[in-house]
Amino acid sequence: MAVVFKKPEALTDAPLHYCPGCTHGIIHRLVAEAIDDLGILGRTVGVAPVGCAVMAYDYFSCDMVEAAHGRAPAVATGLKRARPENIVFTYQGDGDLASIGMAETVHAATRNENITVIFVNNAIYGMTGGQMAPTSLPGQVTQTSPYGRDVKTVGYPIKVCELLSALDAPYYIERVAVNNVKNVMNAKKAIRKAFENQVEGKGFSLIEVVSSCPTNWGMTPEKALKWVETDMIPYYPLGVYRDKSKEAE
Amino acid sequence: MPKLTFNVDLCKGCGLCVSACPKKLLVIAKDKINKKGHSPAEITDQSQCIGCAFCATMCPDCVITVEK
Repeated sequence: MAVVFKKPEALTDAPLHYCPGCTHGIIHRLVAEAIDDLGILGRTVGVAPVGCAVMAYDYFSCDMVEAAHGRAPAVATGLKRARPENIVFTYQGDGDLASIGMAETVHAATRNENITVIFVNNAIYGMTGGQMAPTSLPGQVTQTSPYGRDVKTVGYPIKVCELLSALDAPYYIERVAVNNVKNVMNAKKAIRKAFENQVEGKGFSLIEVVSSCPTNWGMTPEKALKWVETDMIPYYPLGVYRDKSKEAE
Repeated sequence: MPKLTFNVDLCKGCGLCVSACPKKLLVIAKDKINKKGHSPAEITDQSQCIGCAFCATMCPDCVITVEK
């Protein structure tokens, strides 16, 4: 019998600490599968964020570095420039990348640093207990917006893919989701492409993954994935926002 | 015949595999409990499984290994 599906080698045997139904586990696996598929496990270095995924260094079997809050693209820049033969990726949430780390993200993108950024957008601060994030939807109820996000006082959500695709430099920007099997398959292809771009020396690739947070949204895991489909994806449309390989043709 | 193997003690009973199965073969075993204290997922009728691996694709914890 042939094995159709098993845990990828780029993940360790450590049990994930994430809540039941948290899609971080799926996204970890997709990154690990991309590393396995490209055969780059021995020369890959990951940069872990601050947030729920802070302990990603326990879960990936490649070398990992823990960055200060939001600074993962800056740390990854240093790692990549010092050892250009290494494959460097960052794994960041919305509180890390779109809030405190916005400067590092934008500047790494505009320098077209040859790194891969995996951005997990679940519209809330998960680890700290469900506060409003820069990506929380208008009207979304969180711990710090109990009457729903009021865009008149706290502004509108930040659409990272749209924002970064206004820059001239970035090589590849795509938004995917992991709310059903089809979208997971598409996310796998996107993440693999982001790593391939780096192997080929093309430059900055960012994959935004629209994700769920059943615990802090106060939903069952299944209902949370439905909410991703009915509420999040209409606000954060999926698709390729920048692909310079196509532009060059 | 496809074969599913569950690493039961990693399962958190979230049920994402249950809703992903096109043949509706998976259930959360309410009468069982694993090391983590969750009721784990299990397959009701192995002979009906088509080995599509949709369950494993949606599992956040790599609980399921699929052989075909």
